[in-house]
Amino acid sequence: MKYRNNFLREVEANVEEGEWVKRCMQCGVCAGSCPLGPHWEHPPQEIFMMIRAGKREEVLGSDSMWMCTSCYNCIARCPRELPITHIMHGLAHYATRLGLVSENQQTNKFAQRFWNNLTKKGRVNELKLGLSLYFMNGIPEGIKTSLKMQKVGLGMWKTKRMDPMEILGGHGCKDTSGLQAMLKKASEIEAAKKVKV
Amino acid sequence: MAKEYSYYPGCSSQKGASSSNQLRSTQAICDVLGIKLNEIPDWNCCSASIGYAGGGELPRLALSARNIALSEKHHPNQDVVATCAACWLATRETNDRLTENKELFAETNEALKEAGLVFNGQKKVRHMVEVLIEDIGFEEMGSHVKKPLEGIKIAGYVGCQTNRPFGINGESFENPMYLDKMVETLGADSIPDYDKKVACCGGALMFSEPEKSQALVKEILESAHDSGADMIVTPCPVCQMNTEVYQDAINAKYGTKFNMPSVYYSTLMSVAYGQTAEQAALSGQVIRATKLEEIADK
Repeated sequence: MKYRNNFLREVEANVEEGEWVKRCMQCGVCAGSCPLGPHWEHPPQEIFMMIRAGKREEVLGSDSMWMCTSCYNCIARCPRELPITHIMHGLAHYATRLGLVSENQQTNKFAQRFWNNLTKKGRVNELKLGLSLYFMNGIPEGIKTSLKMQKVGLGMWKTKRMDPMEILGGHGCKDTSGLQAMLKKASEIEAAKKVKV
Repeated sequence: MAKEYSYYPGCSSQKGASSSNQLRSTQAICDVLGIKLNEIPDWNCCSASIGYAGGGELPRLALSARNIALSEKHHPNQDVVATCAACWLATRETNDRLTENKELFAETNEALKEAGLVFNGQKKVRHMVEVLIEDIGFEEMGSHVKKPLEGIKIAGYVGCQTNRPFGINGESFENPMYLDKMVETLGADSIPDYDKKVACCGGALMFSEPEKSQALVKEILESAHDSGADMIVTPCPVCQMNTEVYQDAINAKYGTKFNMPSVYYSTLMSVAYGQTAEQAALSGQVIRATKLEEIADK
């Protein structure tokens, strides 16, 4: 039997670096250091407090952790050395696993596409990733974005920093089957460790 | 004798990819400095800092562990070196976490077995800038300068992941000076009090939250411009791209007139070393660095 609330224990068991959450001292240096600070509904220290208060839906359904740019300012400055960036990534991943992310969460969509892109051949295909990004909100929106981004694309193409031929396959690892088997195994090990709280 | 390293180039440096110009100019300066970069055979993506929606902790650690394991196998006794900030960060973080945590070490190795590899944790994972500063040194870097970049004022934009959480050469996270020192070493004028030197450009969120990220880049450009900078220099592929290619969009939105070149330190070094515009990869600039072109053509 444990006295602390279930959600804190769930986060400790199932979220990357989740065992650090209880160590937050609520100073707010992370919030003040975050480049997207103005856009967070709940800054990190508030997320940590909400976890401690058992606000499961509010935390996992929140947009906040998806605002993380991975700048590591919060980590560098946290007086208690919490790996805040990793906890945010961990919460974002856990919310995705549980299907609690809103359908329109842009960074979730992009991050998912990035992962799918890289695991296909072991290396990111920038062209395909870019196109999938433009069209991730549907075809009409995609055409609008493509037109808006035309000049950027042209600049990248002219400077040989974008290769239209990548659409036909492009770069990749040789041992993709080994790599994919490794990733599958890693996911299985991780899934087996998840605790139902 | 050449100094040899086990090189992790990363996805964006590949031929026809967004930072292929960084690879080209890095190769050029390594030739001058007697550095041999041996590419890790069959390396894979590190998942950068954005793969986390789909990839859990262990799969992401396994990706970087695979690269280190390949390096251990093919390049024993050579440090792993990366030019990309995200590649360096992910690889070093994995290296540190697996060597510190027995459970993760065992689990990652169980996954790696599927790819026929073993992670031993015998490697040092370093950034190219560390190689330049620690193994080559400012004095030697300066000794190869044939065409000092005189009269060019350059804002040293260090950004995030080349700086935090590991830092370069033990410098402060809030005000690292190495990039300014490199600029000075090449004969150009640095802006040591450039107040956006460690600010964030939005990173990968430039793709998913473009307006929020462009607002950050606007401030980075504004500060460089108001400090009298002719150009920005950065070590990071994402910083480079974000500060360069969205200037039109930023100008359209904010009514600014930015036309600020953003270059890699390797491009600066290559030009100062008297190499050609081709070697310095100046053709890779979407916003052309005309002042560097003039020096290279001299």
